[in-house]
Amino acid sequence: MEGDIAQLGQFIGAGLAGIGSGAAAIGVGHVAGNFLAGALRNPSAAAGQTATLFIGIAFAEALGIFSFLIALLLMFAV
Amino acid sequence: MATEAHGAGEGGLAFHPMDQFLVKPLFGDGEVGMFTLTNATFWMALTILAIFALLVMGTSGRATIPSRMQSVAELAYDFVRKMVEDVAGKEALVFFPYIMTLFMFIVFANFLGLLPMAFTTTSHIAVTAVLAMMVFLTVTILGFVKNGPAFLSLFWVSSAPLALRPILAIIELISYFVRPVSHSIRLAGNMMAGHAVIKVFAGFSQVAMIAPLSILAVSAMYGLEVLVSFIQAYVFTILTCVYLKDALHPHH
Repeated sequence: MEGDIAQLGQFIGAGLAGIGSGAAAIGVGHVAGNFLAGALRNPSAAAGQTATLFIGIAFAEALGIFSFLIALLLMFAV
Repeated sequence: MATEAHGAGEGGLAFHPMDQFLVKPLFGDGEVGMFTLTNATFWMALTILAIFALLVMGTSGRATIPSRMQSVAELAYDFVRKMVEDVAGKEALVFFPYIMTLFMFIVFANFLGLLPMAFTTTSHIAVTAVLAMMVFLTVTILGFVKNGPAFLSLFWVSSAPLALRPILAIIELISYFVRPVSHSIRLAGNMMAGHAVIKVFAGFSQVAMIAPLSILAVSAMYGLEVLVSFIQAYVFTILTCVYLKDALHPHH
C-alpha cells in the first residue's frame, strides 16, 4: 500500500461518483416503467411512441453519464 | 492507463480490464504519432469496408426479389429514413445521407468491436467526441442559416410565465452546450463500460471454482452488449434527428 492522502481522496471521490449511475438507473427505470404502464393501457398508440421512449431514456441517462465523467476525471485527469 | 503496471503483481487479475482499449501501433511497437497505423485505424478501416460491402456491393444487383444481403441493406436504409422523417420532419431528409452515415458507422463499429480480440473504436471519447461535435456544429450553423437570429427563440420558452423565462433561458442555454458532451460520452461510456465488465468477468474465470459461473456471466453480458451496441447507435442517431428538428423548427 502506497500513495498519499490526495490519491485517497481521488479514489473515494471516484467511488462516490458511482452513486450517480445508480440514480440514473432509477431515472431510466421510471421512464421505461411509465412507458410500459401507458402502453398497456393503449397498446395501439404505443408503437408510435418508441422514439419518444428512447429520447426520454437518453436524457435520463445523460446525467448518470456525467457522474461517470466525474469519476474518469478524478481517476485520470486530476 | 499503464500497461506494465497492472497484472504483474501477485493476486491481481491476469490482465487489466482496461488494457483492451489501448491504442497500439499495428506494426512494431514504436511511438504512436499523428500518422501511425494503429489498431484503431485498422478497425475503423474495417468498419468502412464492411459498410461498403453491405450497402454498395449488396445492392449492386438491384434484384426485384432481393438477396439476403440486399434485404438487410434495404432494411437499414428504410429504418433510418423513417426515423429521420418521423422525428425531424420531411425537410430534414436533405440530411438523410449524413445521418445514415453516422448510424451505419456507429452500428458497424459497435458490432465489430464485439468480436473477440477486436478493438472497439467507438469506446474512445476521441472518436465519439468528433462525431458529436460535427453534429453540434452542423445543427448550430444550420439553425442560424435557416432561421437567422430567430434561432435564439429556442432558448426563450414562450409557453412559460414571463417571470420564469430568463431563468429557463439560462437552463436551456446550458443544456444546449452540454449536448455534445452527453451525446459523445453516452456512446463511449456505454461501449467502454460493457466491454470492461466482460473483461472483469473473464478475469474471474482463472479461479477454477467460480469459472463456470464467470463463463455464464460473460455469455450473458455479451448478449446484453449485442443489444446495447444497437440501442446506443439508435439513440445517437435519434438524438441527432431531435437536434436537427430543433434547428429547423426552433419555436417551442
